[in-house]
Amino acid sequence: MDLVVVGASLAGLRAVESARRAGHTGPITLIGAEPHLPYDRPPLSKAFLCAGGPAQVRPFRGEAELRDELGVRLLLGTPAQTLDTVACEVSVGDQAVPYDALIIATGASPRPFPGTSGIAGVHQLRTSDDAVAIRSALDGGARTVVVGAGFIGSEVASAARARGHEVTVVEAASLPLSRSIGVDAGTVCADLHRANGTDLRLGVGVAAIESSDGRVTGVRLDDGTVLAADLVVVGTGVAPATGWLRGSGVPLHERDGGVLCDETLWTGVPGVYAAGDVAHVPNPLFDGDLMRLEHWTSAAEQGAAAARHALDPASARGLAPVPYFWSDWYGHRIQFVGTPDCDEVQVVDTDTFTALYRRGDRIVGALTVDRPREVMKFRKRIAERGDWSEALAFAGVSAREGAA
Amino acid sequence: MRIVADRARCEGLGMCEAMAPDFFEVGDDGTVTILDETPGEEHRAAVLAAVDACPVLALSLDG
Repeated sequence: MDLVVVGASLAGLRAVESARRAGHTGPITLIGAEPHLPYDRPPLSKAFLCAGGPAQVRPFRGEAELRDELGVRLLLGTPAQTLDTVACEVSVGDQAVPYDALIIATGASPRPFPGTSGIAGVHQLRTSDDAVAIRSALDGGARTVVVGAGFIGSEVASAARARGHEVTVVEAASLPLSRSIGVDAGTVCADLHRANGTDLRLGVGVAAIESSDGRVTGVRLDDGTVLAADLVVVGTGVAPATGWLRGSGVPLHERDGGVLCDETLWTGVPGVYAAGDVAHVPNPLFDGDLMRLEHWTSAAEQGAAAARHALDPASARGLAPVPYFWSDWYGHRIQFVGTPDCDEVQVVDTDTFTALYRRGDRIVGALTVDRPREVMKFRKRIAERGDWSEALAFAGVSAREGAA
Repeated sequence: MRIVADRARCEGLGMCEAMAPDFFEVGDDGTVTILDETPGEEHRAAVLAAVDACPVLALSLDG
């Protein structure tokens, strides 16, 4: 049985590892658009951007280990171009790669700012090449403007401030992240930026990114202000990388083009499963909500499960994960477990900050700042469909202990 | 089977506690405490899930 994994990042790597662990002895092909071996992305916007941080992005596993120990045929540096679900083939360059089982793990690509392609000093942050370029600009003392106050952009701002650089973050919404974590938590995020010397401009859009001789010079805002800049990082979200699946018969979400799966990660097309940032998956823990998660833990878990299920569909079990992400800003750790899609958000600790999210009579989410001991206690309650008032009582006790 | 934690790598992200709360707990200082370093063989699946779930690859199993 030929297993083909398209996408050579965390989900794809975990698919390969899990297939071998499950006893698959047949051929495995791993196809990746980037020329690099699979590497870890969260550090790209964190430790890697720090002065004195690691100088290179290290792969999870070396090439010899992947090839010889895991028996993986690597096709790196060329993206998959099309999928033929009738012939059961993926085209890569001029090759047709046949599969019996296929894992789609192509992730998501940042949305570019229109008209900036080829302008030096304008970057997005997704790949190690992006991170190397941004780090190099920060090393050179760049005046930095970040477009979009999301997690990635905010981590870049944090890294720039840690080096003492001037940083401006421009966000079209009236608060950072309020749609993804709520108004109260969004306010805390805005305060973190301002308390650390980042110039946060809210409720204003970017009219244009200005350049001279092919190099960025500044960012012009909707209100006419021009912010001088040597480095502009655009962090305004990503779109699932599924252009290669158009017309393949794999069902795609009408809004963002992500791959639609069932809770076992099956796409409905024989032998074809999806995992990671690319996949929309219903989550039975949250009333079957369709979730597309851009989280490390989801990519790892789904990658491993997709391969097991693809190789042995009869054994497939639906996943019911508690989503989890974290972000590091100015030396503070923001952690979120569960879903922000709720009936009520209650702030239970204003000292460091903890907010709980209620749906019906259950706790469905928790956001903490600098509360590493507590966040997984909330996660456990969310996983067990825990009672809201009990969660509030626990939070009250825990906050008092923390303050004592 | 012995749980090995690389203290220099650990960032206290807590996935180990989420997967196997009987064996791992993150403290207020943001690093993990291993509650039982030598779990019985019957706990291998849970402990392995914790090792696999560590986002900074700080955990491994000896044996």
